[in-house]
Amino acid sequence: MQTKKILNAGEDAVDEMLDGILLAHGDVLRASDGSHRAIISRDGPRDGKVGLVIGGGSGHEPTFVGFVGKGLADAAAIGNVFASPPPDPALACVQEVNGGAGVLFMYGNYAGDVMNFDMAAEMAAMEDIEVRTVLTTDDVASAPPDRKDTRRGVAGNFFIFKAAGAAADEMMTLDEVERVARHANARTYTMGVALSPCSLPQTRRWNFGLGPDEMEIGMGIHGEPGIERGPLKPADAIVDEMMDRIFDEMQAARGDRVAVLVNGLGATPLMELYIMNRRVQARLQEAGIESHATWVGNYCTSLEMAGASVTAMHLDDELTRLIDRPCHCAMFRVV
Amino acid sequence: MAVTSADLIRAFGAIADRMTAERDALCALDGEIGDGDHGIGMALGFGAVREALDGLDGGASPTDVLNTAARSFLSSVGASTGPLYATALMRAAAAVKGKDGLEDADAAAIVAAMAEGIAHRGKAEIGQKTMLDAWGPAAEAAKSATGSFAQVLAAAAEAAHRGAEGTAGMQASMGRAARLGERSLGHRDPGAVSAAMIVGVLAETLG
Repeated sequence: MQTKKILNAGEDAVDEMLDGILLAHGDVLRASDGSHRAIISRDGPRDGKVGLVIGGGSGHEPTFVGFVGKGLADAAAIGNVFASPPPDPALACVQEVNGGAGVLFMYGNYAGDVMNFDMAAEMAAMEDIEVRTVLTTDDVASAPPDRKDTRRGVAGNFFIFKAAGAAADEMMTLDEVERVARHANARTYTMGVALSPCSLPQTRRWNFGLGPDEMEIGMGIHGEPGIERGPLKPADAIVDEMMDRIFDEMQAARGDRVAVLVNGLGATPLMELYIMNRRVQARLQEAGIESHATWVGNYCTSLEMAGASVTAMHLDDELTRLIDRPCHCAMFRVV
Repeated sequence: MAVTSADLIRAFGAIADRMTAERDALCALDGEIGDGDHGIGMALGFGAVREALDGLDGGASPTDVLNTAARSFLSSVGASTGPLYATALMRAAAAVKGKDGLEDADAAAIVAAMAEGIAHRGKAEIGQKTMLDAWGPAAEAAKSATGSFAQVLAAAAEAAHRGAEGTAGMQASMGRAARLGERSLGHRDPGAVSAAMIVGVLAETLG
């Protein structure tokens, strides 16, 4: 049986979505002449500013395209659903946002993305544009701490891109923006839970099975199996499992500050996300950790998957300033 | 000469047909240990290859055909299969550069070049539960086989098939499934399965 979706043809989903996004947010975004899968900020690229290019597969909206705009990313390279973009749109993004100060690629740590963006970076180097890369690896569940660099990038992208985008907006050098991006990534921790699967527009079949009373802790945002499958628990118990892991990794002291993202994967209502946030904030308070800023909503989705993730970014003075800095994107604003 | 550019173009068309037919089965296989989209990328990529080759003029060399296939596959797919097959096809194109048609000995050269391209781009080794576990054995079998273009490819196809089946007993240490550890055991690698299909179609159509 096929899943129900509001589509024309499944294979047109990504391009038709981009058409709709550009029609809604034409004041902020435009498509590159070089590639219709390269979405450029109207007010991002500037002379002397490091260009920030993000990107990845579609199906995670508002990630990545929604975070393009002044003060955050200058461009996003858009792939097919759950598939890395090829090198062409990534190269078009580089050409569009190069302000002479170099370009930083930031994207989640997935083999396909690495190969395609690396090829784009090699092509850019042939045009004498310096491109560096910082991979996001915030998914605590995807590998143990001793193999932290092999972890996946998930919803924590939101904070990591924000910090790097603000650093570029402050006109920091490429060295500095890269340093900030690595620092932000190292201090960002995400744990997810999935309650039901998602289905790709082209197949309209569930891409994994999960029993009616089951949940899976640590599942990836493409339905990659997680670390523990078990019976569905009450919200507070789910959040406790997530926060225990995050606290273990973060090693925050009493009086430290965090920024919090309670993120929906697509089909979980805000009601449930706020119920989760209630417990997240209680656990932070109990641990004596200050919650500096909180976002609750769909920031990094997995099509119609039900489930959520909690991200904590362990702030210091610099990251606090960068997270607080105003930005104006199609689907996200800080004023 | 054993194989012409027109034969190669027909073979790519047959690969496109096979990938379209197997699309959902490959996605289901990928759903067990990956993100469930492998069949989509393969069908899309070889569909784009067929379209690009349709537009190629009659004087195209085998190298032109393979390079055109590489470029169209890459720019339509992305993902991990895009760079891997694009690199493989570009290596194959380089291996037969300057030839108007292919001789029997080129069968092994092409399969070996594809395997080397995939290993180079993916930084993978045999035994890590990837498409290289089909392409690697295929290259070895092709290099030690003797006989006609078709006989060499038949040996490669047989080895690729066995290699793909063998991935069920491997624990993934490369690519997305590597994060599963032991949970990847018992499942065939979808990239190896589709690779065996490709070599199989080549053997059937270039015979």
